Order: sequence, then C-alpha cells, then structure tokens
Amino acid sequence: MPSDLVHLYMRIDHLPQIWCPGCGNGVIMRDVAVAIDELIHDEENSINREDIVIVSGIGCSSRAAGYLDFNSIHTTHGRAIAFASGIKMANPKLHVIVLTGDGDCSAIGGNHLIHAARRNLGLTVVCFNNDIYGMTGGQYSPTTPNGDKATTAPYGNVDRPFDIAVLAAGAGASFSARGDVYHARETIDIIKRAIRHKGFSLVDVYSICPTYYGRKNRKGDAVEMLRWQKENLLPTARYYSMSEEERAGKKQIGILSYNDYPEYTEEYAKIIAACRGKAKKQGGDGT
Amino acid sequence: MAKAVLMQGNEAAVEGAITAGMRFFAGYPITPSTEIAEQSALRLPQEGGKFMQMEDEISSIAAVLGASAAGMKAMTATSGPGFSLMQENIGYGAMAEIPCVIIDVQRTGPSTGLPTSPSQGDYMQARWGTHGDHPVIALSPSSVLETYTLIIRAFNLAEKYRTPVIFLMDEIVGHMREGVVLSNPRDLIINRRKMSFHDGANKQCYFVPEGEYVPAMKPFGQGERYNITGLAHDVSGFPVNSSEIAGRLVTRLLDKVEKNADDICRVEEFAMDDAEIAVVCFGGTARAVMDAVLQAREAGKRVGMFRPITVWPFPEKQLRARLPQLKKILMVEHNHGQMLLEVQRTVGGALPVDFLGRIDGTVISPADILAKLSEMEGKNHAE
Repeated sequence: MPSDLVHLYMRIDHLPQIWCPGCGNGVIMRDVAVAIDELIHDEENSINREDIVIVSGIGCSSRAAGYLDFNSIHTTHGRAIAFASGIKMANPKLHVIVLTGDGDCSAIGGNHLIHAARRNLGLTVVCFNNDIYGMTGGQYSPTTPNGDKATTAPYGNVDRPFDIAVLAAGAGASFSARGDVYHARETIDIIKRAIRHKGFSLVDVYSICPTYYGRKNRKGDAVEMLRWQKENLLPTARYYSMSEEERAGKKQIGILSYNDYPEYTEEYAKIIAACRGKAKKQGGDGT
Repeated sequence: MAKAVLMQGNEAAVEGAITAGMRFFAGYPITPSTEIAEQSALRLPQEGGKFMQMEDEISSIAAVLGASAAGMKAMTATSGPGFSLMQENIGYGAMAEIPCVIIDVQRTGPSTGLPTSPSQGDYMQARWGTHGDHPVIALSPSSVLETYTLIIRAFNLAEKYRTPVIFLMDEIVGHMREGVVLSNPRDLIINRRKMSFHDGANKQCYFVPEGEYVPAMKPFGQGERYNITGLAHDVSGFPVNSSEIAGRLVTRLLDKVEKNADDICRVEEFAMDDAEIAVVCFGGTARAVMDAVLQAREAGKRVGMFRPITVWPFPEKQLRARLPQLKKILMVEHNHGQMLLEVQRTVGGALPVDFLGRIDGTVISPADILAKLSEMEGKNHAE
C-alpha cells in the first residue's frame, strides 16, 4: 500500500518508477516530497503547493519530475537550470526546484550551474549524485572518483572529480550543502532550508547506484553502499567533533556555505521600479 | 499623427516585440544581432519586463522557453553560430508546444565566417536545424517598418499555434536605418493564448478537440498542475513508449502548421499583374530586386517581384497561382541556392528557374540582377 505521502505528492498512475532495485534516487525523491510537505504544513510560514515548480533535465534523476505531483517540466540534457531561470524570472513568487544529476548539472550543464550560482537567482538545485551515468548504462561522470571503473573507463578513470557542493560555493552560491541517502532526516532538513533560502541554493545529495557504479567497482549491494555512507558521510556536529586523523577519507553532511547576498529577481525588480518611477515623473512612457 | 523616427531594423524588432507583449528577453551578445539585446535591456524594464544576459545561446533559448511556460511572452535574438547552438531547444519548444520568438540576424557563414557581412545562408537551417520531423513557422522582413509590424505577427502566430516562430532577419535589414512611423501597424490584434485547458478528457493539458490542432495550456503557477516533457507524450503530458500515441502527436504537430498554411503564409507581389518573369526573393535582398524590377519595367520588360514574407512553410500555393502567366523565374538570394530548392519543387519543371546568389558577404546590387535578366534574355535568343 502506498503511504499517504505517495498519495498526496506523487502521481500514482505513473508509478512504479523506472529506477533499478537498490537505487538511491527514490529515497531522495521522497526526501524532496517530505521537505515540501513539511513546508506546506508549516503553521508559521507555509508555502503554497501551486507555487512549486519542479524542473529537471535528462538522466535517471530527472525522471523524478514526472513522478512528483506539482507543476513539472522535464527539459533537455544539462539545461534544467537555464529553463528554471526563465521560470523564476517570469514569476518570482514561484518556488523553482531543479532536480538534476551529477552528469546533467556538472558536465553538460556545468556552465549553467556556475552562472546561476554567480547570479544568486533564487532557485533550489537538488543534485542526485550517483557518480555515474546510469541512464546510458554506466559511463564515468565528473564525480566518478579518480581510478574507479566505468564502461568508458575500463582501465580506471583518469579524470579527477568535481566536488559539486564546493564547485557551487566557489562559483558564488549563497547556499551550498551536502546530503546523502542514508541520512534521510538530515537531508530533508537541509532541503527545507534550501527551499526557504532566498538566493541560489544547491544541495548535492550522494545517491547510490549499485547496478552500475557499485557493481563495476565491487562496492557491494545497496545495503553495503548505504553502510559506507553511514560510516563515511557525517553530519556537521559529528564531523567537527572528530580529530583531523579521524576525519581522513570522510565527508561532512550539512550546510557548507551560506551568505545573504542580494537575490537576482529582487535586484531586477528594483531596476524596473526605478525605470517606471522615472517614466512617471517625466509623464511619458519611458521611451 | 505619430512622428517619423530614424530607426535601425534591430531596434524596430524590439519595439515591435514590446508592442506585441514581449516582456522577457534572454540572449547572448553576437554580431550582427547584439543591438536587439542592448535595446531589450534598455526598454524592457521601462515596460515592466525583464532582460537577462545569459552565459550562452543554449541557456538563452532555455530561459525563454521557461519564461513562456510560466506565462510571459518571450524572445531571444542571435546570429548564425548562436542559432546553431539553439537548435536542440527549438525542437523542444516545438515538441512541448511552448510559444516564443527566435530572431536570427543572418551573417555570412559557415562557422565564424564573415561576422559583419550579410547572408541568407540560414534559410534551410531555420527549417531543418533541429533533429526530427517538426513544425516550423519562419517570417522574414525586408524593411525597418516591416520588421516592426511583422514581428508582431510572429508573436501572434507563436501564440495561436503554440510553437516557436523564427524571425529570419539578415544583416542588411538588421543594420539598415530608415525613417519609420510606428503608428497603425497592420497586425495590432495580439492573440492572447487561452488561459485554461480545453474542456473534455478531464481537462488534460495537451487535449485537443476533434478538428482542432492546438492545445490550450495554462501557464505554470495558475492553479493547474501538469507535466511538460520533450519525450513523446500523451494528452496528459506524460511520456509514453506507444508508437501509436507518438505518431499521432508528431502528425498533429506537423498538421497544425501544414493544414493552416493559408492562414500562416503571406507574400508580397510587386508588378506581378502582367509579369512574364518573376524575380523571387526574401528579406533584405528584396531592396535590390525592387529597384531592378522598376528599372526593367522602364526598359519595357515585363518583370515582377514575388517575395515570400512567410518563408516557412514556403508559400507554394501563392507561387503556383502565378505559374500560368510566367515564362521564367529568377531566384535571387544571398546564399548558394536554398530557397531555390523550394521554388524548383513548387514549379516542378513547368518553367525554367534561373539563379543569382552570393556567398562572399557582399550585397547583390540592382545592376547584378539586371545583368542576370539580360543574360537570361540572351539565352532565349540562343534557343
């Protein structure tokens, strides 16, 4: 029996989803739905369901847009953030949430990611990061660790990987965070804060792909891969309670950087107000 | 009476677009279209609209489609190399039925080519640039005033048929300055897209009643939740793997333009009533052709000009109607013979079709056209 959450926020006619057994993407999609649900039911400052737009690109991650029962647009490969930029500009009151993957947002869409971060346009980007191109059958992505195997890296990956949360922060994102599949509650809270954040926010959520990445690299089954996340991805407080030596090889889950830079659509609204005010004073139409 | 103003073609495109209701522009600088971005940046906030300079042309067309899906009339402008980059998302706009206007101010190619020189070498790209079978509407103006009035029509057609409309300018018209009076444009009626779904079939977003071709879709954020995708989809907007549904969808997309060609196609005919030779041309080339036709008439030759204003779909019905009176056709265009193929297809061998083109970035002059007409007469005598 599907849970209430599924009935409320997923298009059950289009379930079950296409992801492989053991895939982490379903958990991340649920995290997004729970985060939205909790914001809709926030008594002090609730958000309107009709104001949510889910935008996705192409790849395993991007199928999530179709399963979630909101305004949803499944765009072209790499371009979700660019489509989302137009949606947000056209109607800034909308909560525009981009669901993307490591290849979609940091390879083919890397340019759009860094420029949206630089502008501080009020989008929320949730990256389903599984270190591999799953939809096409297991090619290495910009986050595949150096030396790991993929169908296009049969002798080990020569490329050095991106850390997408650090990349976004470096590009000027005013909110950059990391989550994972294992720490679902922590990740839901991070996504909620990202949606609430006024400027550009990115949450790089570490997914698991036992079918391609896991099998190629002898990482074990889904349970084994989740155990790795439990032991190596640590919520902020625990991470910082450890010594440098204990932290070696481990990563922090949580908000990595945060700023209150001016948000793009609000800044543009000031330009419109200034132009229109001037036109009124002159008694003309501004031409 | 409105005053005459001196205006550039690229500026007129922006003024016309704003008159048509364009309130979002996203673009990337590229010669010879840059003035359209500059003028949009200046004018849009004055009208409550928004301008974004994006990181490339791919994101420019993507942002335009996003803004349109959220309810704003939106436009981008570019030239050859940028037009190439936009192609994938133009196909997305056609498949997902998102209205918008894309200006291509053509320059000489291929590749970086001659960036400041005129060309009409993107004519076929405008039709076939994106992959797969898809509908295309493309309009091409030949003067500054027509740029203003025709881009209003471009927005009207985009809304009416829910499809991207390509506004195929060339450097000649884009950088031409003319005195224009912007009152009383021919196409002042702006079609607003229907703001609620068609009744029937549970109000599904892509539902189209029998005998109609265009779905009525509410913009995002106006109370109806639905899904948009570039995958083959059913009337609810969800992806399907059914060949029957996919075939029906693409057939409808093609039909909505092909079966409405009478509504979409417009031509200008000049001195065609008793013409025996038709000079076919489009866009800025028409300026030289018009002059050549006047000079040929003074010399007693029965020459006229046939100018497609709608360049895609090609106005074959209008050209075919002229064939019985004609002895010859001369196609003049700034490329290696692209619209020529459409003219030849329409004529079907019934008449000789001659060609005058240039691909070196220089402009075809009235003298070039007159010389070609004389050469064609010479051929006559030789026969």
